[in-house]
Amino acid sequence: MKVPLSWLGEFVELPKDATPHAVMEDLVRVGLEEESSIGGEITGPVVVGKVLDFVEEPQSNGKTIRWCQVQVGPDAGDVRGIVCGARNFEVGDKVVVTLPGAVLPGGFEIAARKTYGHISDGMIASAKELSLSDDHDGILRLITLGLDPELGTDALDLLGLNESAAEVNVTPDRGYCFSIRGIAREYSHATSRKFTDPAALVSPAEVSGFTLKVGDSAPIHGTPGCSNFLLVGVENIDATSPTPSWMATRLKLAGMRSISIAVDITNYVMLELGQPLHAYDLDKLTGGIEVRRAKKGEKITTLDDKERELHEEDLLITDESGPIGIAGVMGGASTEVSDSTTRILLEAAIFDPISIARSARRHKLPSEASRRFERGVDHKVSAYAAARAAQLLIEHAGGKLSGLGAEFKTDIAPAVISMPAGFPAELVGYEYSEKEVVAALEMIGCNVSSKAGVLEVEAPSWRPDLQHKTDLAEEVARLVGYDKIPATIPVAPPGRGLTRNQQLRRKVLGSLVGAGFVEVLNYPFYSPEQNSWFSQLDAVRLENPIQSESGELRKELLPGLLQAAARNVSRGSTSLALVEEGSVFLAGGKPVTSLPVGNERPSEKVLKELNAAIPAQPRKLAGVVLGDWVPQQPGRSAIQAGYEHAISGLRAALGTIAVEVELAQAEVMGLHPGRGAKVMVSGKEVGIVGEIHPDIADELHLSGRVGAFEVDLSAVFALAPELVTAQEVGVMPAATQDLSLVVDLDVTAAELMQTIRSGAGELLEKISLVDDWRSESLGDKKSLTFSLLFRARDKTLTAAEATAAKDAAVAMAAKQHGAELRA
Amino acid sequence: MQVSELSQSEVTKALQSSLASLAAIQTADELKQAKGQLVGDAAPLTKLNSLIKSLPNEKKAEAGKMMGQAKAELMQAFEAKEAQLEREARAQRLQAEKVDITAAANYLQKGARHPLSLLMDQISDVFVGMGWEIADGPELENEWFNFDALNFHPDHPARAMQDTFFVAPVENHLLLRTHTSPVQVRSLLERDLPVYVLCPGRVFRTDELDATHTPVFHQVEGLAVDKGLTMADLRGTLEHFARVMFGPEAKIRLRPSYFPFTEPSAELDVWHPGAKGGARWVEWGGCGMVNPNVLLAAGIDPEVYSGFAFGMGIERTLMFRNGVLDMHDMVEADVRFSRQFGQVI
Repeated sequence: MKVPLSWLGEFVELPKDATPHAVMEDLVRVGLEEESSIGGEITGPVVVGKVLDFVEEPQSNGKTIRWCQVQVGPDAGDVRGIVCGARNFEVGDKVVVTLPGAVLPGGFEIAARKTYGHISDGMIASAKELSLSDDHDGILRLITLGLDPELGTDALDLLGLNESAAEVNVTPDRGYCFSIRGIAREYSHATSRKFTDPAALVSPAEVSGFTLKVGDSAPIHGTPGCSNFLLVGVENIDATSPTPSWMATRLKLAGMRSISIAVDITNYVMLELGQPLHAYDLDKLTGGIEVRRAKKGEKITTLDDKERELHEEDLLITDESGPIGIAGVMGGASTEVSDSTTRILLEAAIFDPISIARSARRHKLPSEASRRFERGVDHKVSAYAAARAAQLLIEHAGGKLSGLGAEFKTDIAPAVISMPAGFPAELVGYEYSEKEVVAALEMIGCNVSSKAGVLEVEAPSWRPDLQHKTDLAEEVARLVGYDKIPATIPVAPPGRGLTRNQQLRRKVLGSLVGAGFVEVLNYPFYSPEQNSWFSQLDAVRLENPIQSESGELRKELLPGLLQAAARNVSRGSTSLALVEEGSVFLAGGKPVTSLPVGNERPSEKVLKELNAAIPAQPRKLAGVVLGDWVPQQPGRSAIQAGYEHAISGLRAALGTIAVEVELAQAEVMGLHPGRGAKVMVSGKEVGIVGEIHPDIADELHLSGRVGAFEVDLSAVFALAPELVTAQEVGVMPAATQDLSLVVDLDVTAAELMQTIRSGAGELLEKISLVDDWRSESLGDKKSLTFSLLFRARDKTLTAAEATAAKDAAVAMAAKQHGAELRA
Repeated sequence: MQVSELSQSEVTKALQSSLASLAAIQTADELKQAKGQLVGDAAPLTKLNSLIKSLPNEKKAEAGKMMGQAKAELMQAFEAKEAQLEREARAQRLQAEKVDITAAANYLQKGARHPLSLLMDQISDVFVGMGWEIADGPELENEWFNFDALNFHPDHPARAMQDTFFVAPVENHLLLRTHTSPVQVRSLLERDLPVYVLCPGRVFRTDELDATHTPVFHQVEGLAVDKGLTMADLRGTLEHFARVMFGPEAKIRLRPSYFPFTEPSAELDVWHPGAKGGARWVEWGGCGMVNPNVLLAAGIDPEVYSGFAFGMGIERTLMFRNGVLDMHDMVEADVRFSRQFGQVI
């Protein structure tokens, strides 16, 4: 809401030197938010001048300037020489001259300066330079505004340029603050300065004789669409009368365009009192007016000349010709006021906020009117608003009241709220006295009666938001001041600290960071293509994505990580280890199409259904490595990053939470067909690791090999030990032996190791692969060499015992993999 | 050959001659080569020693004692020399092994957590320290948890203000949560009272990315529901929080505002002593007393229990707390940005 200060000052005393900023500071204390200061940007001498003479002078740059003699004061000798680039004026035109010392919007200072071979002693201003409009086609000729002032007149006063406005943000519960009336009231609350209700300054007119029918065949939530509807006729107006400049200035400062006298007045009164008004050309109406819901298939052409299909839920204003307005949203074109209009019918109505909100949203027509109706209009102000508009039409367009009109009115009982006088203190924690409580509530317009410590509070008509005693407590707290609230710290019951999963998450990330990974947080919005790289699971699709090509939610983290890697590479960071931890989204769930209503806990069954409707969102952990794992350095060549570093990182990360990673070599979607594995934990598949398929790397212009892993962290956490039970550490001397086995090429080291472990039995404490030897002499076989460490728990092992264990392992390897001891 | 006597002077002479040779030796190699001459078979003392067996029996004991002392003295000197030369050799070797240690090869790259996650972890720790627990919930939510249960009825104007990402088809009432507040509802539904929880997490609104907006951002939300909680408790909790985050000089200011799920509601400003360009008030978040309708939606009697809630943006906090100027830095995953933080914030 933009509030011109001069307007505000009509209804509440303002300090003489009030600035928008100072006014806003006061308003902030009672709950309005400071947005910005408007206007008041032009200062210094800006006067009315008359062009006495000019000479056109072509310039070498192709431009032609005018060297003008301009009289800028009543004294015939007060003439200045001014260079002007515009050529849209004649000798004798009255113009606005900014003299040296003036400052224009944007801090543009005017000084006498040498230009095009003359000293230009000021500037002739355009409407744009004065922030009057966007018109920069030439300088502003005052005759176009219907003005013929004395020379030397202060143009800032004349054009309302020294007016300023404060823009405040109004929260949705304070509909009444979408008016000068409401803001003036709040300013009075904040400062205790005297408030004059503008509604009290006019008297409603008596009207009759117009046919009006108000009905509602389909009220929303049982609330009729229209509770009040008032029509007031004004005749004999001259619709071409100019809008007074003060009114145009205020409308402009308030953010509205000046259109015509009739429209401007309805807007002006809406801004002043918060009641949206509509003006019909009475002579364009066919018969009486009926307010009703739309019928199927009905259409209307609205004021913006768009034909709109109506919905049966739309509340309409109709006459015998059909719809002439979408109630509270926008009027129709057919009954619009024009220059030839002489008889006007003013509409001041109260509509159901929900009905208006739905129509405005449905037709994508948020208007100044709908904004106010949605938040609730003071149902008692309608008649005053109509009277005020009629008064202004009479004053500025020469009309008179015709007495024609009609009124439909529903009695709306005020909300009465019972509140123990001590409740605000109990909720807020500051000891308000009963007197303070009553005073605060009366200040905002409530009627308060007290009986045995309980207050019966009748909310004013402009505060439909006051429904519950907590609403009243807030009023008391804000009017007495939030700064009065003391500070105490509540004692929570003994907590259990971070949950196990929260701790595990931190440890996993911490260990990867220790290994050189950088954590990133990517958007979860993917293209269908990205989502098809690593799985064929169904994706969740957004109804309204920001970019239509990225309309799916991620199923895997890797595509986003790869994209992040590509961005880093393009910025020159070519060696990367990135990790991300976050949710992915898997389509599924049993849809629930109707939601619980009312302020009560849904049944356990309903809650279960609501939760079952939500797609699964496992938390995943993924990493990518590329470029150099170790860069080239003196005496060392670079070590290329690849799948090995992805595996090492993953092992380190999960090792931190006592989870042992096993790999099962496999062709994995999205990975190099020969360089990928399933990640297994305790025999369960939890993810993938390997080298990104070159097709995908190419897509992202990632050259070189890219190592990657992605695991389901929720699943890993579930498999991590709840409690680590200590195993005894053997201290007897160990025996080491090497073992070389020749096996088929497709036998993996992991498989063979597993077999050796089970074959060698308990005595085998540690096994590591030390060589993978291939040679033509071996044919299509390979030789894997392992280093075995044997230890008994209770005695020194003899060489024979160790060898026996090894032989058992060899026998099992021979049986399961056809392995042979290397000769 | 028969020798009648082994004189002290002969022994001393032999010893002195060996000690003199030993002293003249410069290197471990020389020492090794001279070992036979000095202490081995060819050594003068060894030669003298061989005479003992030719002495008359009654002289043997005395001569043996004399020889033993001399040999011991020589051995000691020899070993000392050996040790000294070894020390010198090692010192030389170490000298030769000198490297430019500033040019040492680096095998570990610098890793880092994302500053937004670090900040969420740090905030969580502050509240865990007060006995609160950390709660989380799904990012893709049912509309009921995101709006209805939080007192945004279907036609509430505030509901239209939220720029919500809906999941297709909209009839299924699924959306990306627009705030962390649905976790409040879940906490109240699932936990035993009293509840003191903090909910950090990722939220979504349909804003285009620019210097101050991003469609995906993070919030942290606090909720306490207990008997007799007041707005003063809210203020005290926030003040403590502000001091931990911004130093002992920090303080907070509440301004009246409106949120559907709190009443009374307030905007929260923090006095930031370390702000760039000098201490000042900074808008930090929103807060208030839990609206009775929210308690009712969770089956809690608002006549018995009251509560407070607060929430703030993590990106915004990081911006003014750690001097981040542009939202792009926090969403573009540039490793140079995150590496500045390591694992601290």
